[in-house]
Amino acid sequence: MSTVVFKKTEGLTDKTTHYCPGCTHGIIHRLVAESLEELGVLGDTIGVAPVGCAVLAYKYFKCDMHQAAHGRAPAVATGIKRARPENVVFTYQGDGDLASIGAAEIVHAAARGEKITTIFINNAIYGMTGGQMAPTTLIGQKAATAPLGRDPKLAGYPIKVSEMLATLEGAKFVERVSVDTPINVRKAKKAIKRAFEIQLSGEGFGIVEVLSTCPTNWGMSAIEALEWLRKNMMPKYPLGNLRDDNKGDN
Amino acid sequence: MNKVLMKGNEAIALAAIKAGCKCFFGYPITPQNEIPAFMSEELPKINGSFVQAESEVAAINMVYGAGGCGVRVMTSSSSPGIALKQEGISYLAGAEIPCFIVSVGRGGPGLGGIQPAQSDYFQATRGGGNGDYKVPVVAPNSIQEAIDWTYKAFDMADEYRTPVMMLIDGLIGQMMEPVSFENQSCKEFDRSGWATTGTKGKRDPHIINSLYLEPRDLEIHCLKLQAKFDLIRQKEVAWEEHNLEGAEIVAVAYGITSRIVKNSIEKLKEKGIKMGLIRPITLNPFPVEAFSNLPRSVKSLISIEMSLGQMVEDVKLASCGKYPVDFFGRTGGVIPTPEEIVNYIEKLVKEGK
Repeated sequence: MSTVVFKKTEGLTDKTTHYCPGCTHGIIHRLVAESLEELGVLGDTIGVAPVGCAVLAYKYFKCDMHQAAHGRAPAVATGIKRARPENVVFTYQGDGDLASIGAAEIVHAAARGEKITTIFINNAIYGMTGGQMAPTTLIGQKAATAPLGRDPKLAGYPIKVSEMLATLEGAKFVERVSVDTPINVRKAKKAIKRAFEIQLSGEGFGIVEVLSTCPTNWGMSAIEALEWLRKNMMPKYPLGNLRDDNKGDN
Repeated sequence: MNKVLMKGNEAIALAAIKAGCKCFFGYPITPQNEIPAFMSEELPKINGSFVQAESEVAAINMVYGAGGCGVRVMTSSSSPGIALKQEGISYLAGAEIPCFIVSVGRGGPGLGGIQPAQSDYFQATRGGGNGDYKVPVVAPNSIQEAIDWTYKAFDMADEYRTPVMMLIDGLIGQMMEPVSFENQSCKEFDRSGWATTGTKGKRDPHIINSLYLEPRDLEIHCLKLQAKFDLIRQKEVAWEEHNLEGAEIVAVAYGITSRIVKNSIEKLKEKGIKMGLIRPITLNPFPVEAFSNLPRSVKSLISIEMSLGQMVEDVKLASCGKYPVDFFGRTGGVIPTPEEIVNYIEKLVKEGK
């Protein structure tokens, strides 16, 4: 007799993704989909795709989806959740979408304590448009629009989104994770699931920032990119929980 | 008929609730503030939702969210705020999301002023969002008509799966008139084929989207939107004709200006000048038919607006060069008086135009 020890989550479609080799979007999609499936809420979920590399996420998640204008996913999610409070609502956004053009929307969705979950992919660069500088691009990091590396005198400093949002009372769960190693993937899954549980309990806004790689625009192999992430991103964007108000209650 | 005295903005808000509106998302801006204030008080009573958004941009995208999951939703704003909503309106049109948008016009450009104006005719009828899309625009000239068209606008939005805009001005928004809510008749619509409500594991996902990466797919989508607008053109165009019989000159005016023009018509009668009026009620689609069978007595047309001349371009297009088209307007929040319109028309007649 054979037993199934692993099977693909019901939360993803069978479409082949457009993501580049070595990109970690695929892993993160899976973690979100698995979390929704395990919580038994896939059929109640409405997701919001951003503009950026994950623009086609609506083809990959097997739940109802909205494709939002650039940066506006938290506003779209607010509209959905207010109209259908019984549904589970999440946004999936990159660093350009969330931290640059959509900075106002994410801050105010968090401040209002919207009962939505945001999955924030931080790869320190604009992927889809070809490697331009992002609000999270590190000092000295080269980008298509920072050919000599990000110079703080000209382009300011990277935004630590999770630290910033954790100051808001409406943000009930804030955690930064990474998917660079199997153990970190497991931790990321736990955080994503917890963020959805926060929504289900009606506590308020939850966000999981996932450090992610962009081998194509960083100009590295997949392995080199993971190493670069550990060496350069993790010191600037330390992993860990920044806010979980009712942690002891469960 | 039971009549109540109501302010325009509040009457529109109440009509929206009676039409089944469950969500309102907006941002403060004069002269439309009574609408969100009314909604913030009334929507919670019917288990609806009111959110004062962080910006007009966020508000219109909240509309995109709520409308996409099949709930009757609206927003309102005024000229500079409607400018900010244009991106969202393009997405709403592209993703075919029913919703109601009220634009309470004030003077511009820029921050402009807060007095009534019609200088956002182009903004409403042409739109500032990107792409091949058109949004139906209605322009009532009384508070009763604003109520009646609020019901119709929600129905049109659902029937054609499109945003519908109501363009009024600060005067209609702020003044009070006796109105009735009795002739309300809203239809029921089945949104189960497209709205995002959660699959419940029983159907394929519904996707609210305006992205079509294949040019041919996008062309087909745009043709579908265009066909829908053509149908609206066939079925929904509305206008009023007034005093056309024997008229030598026909004024074209919409919204509050049409009521000022009606006063001018009476004053001109006393001076032996016969002026008629065509009042477009739908500004988009524009009532082109109104210009095809004018009485033989008509010698010229004049567009009268609270702008420096925007609708006049549609009047020229609609009349196809059959008549000379003149223009009279005040702008910046200045409201024309019946007398100054009379003086202008008298001068035209004397000059034999």
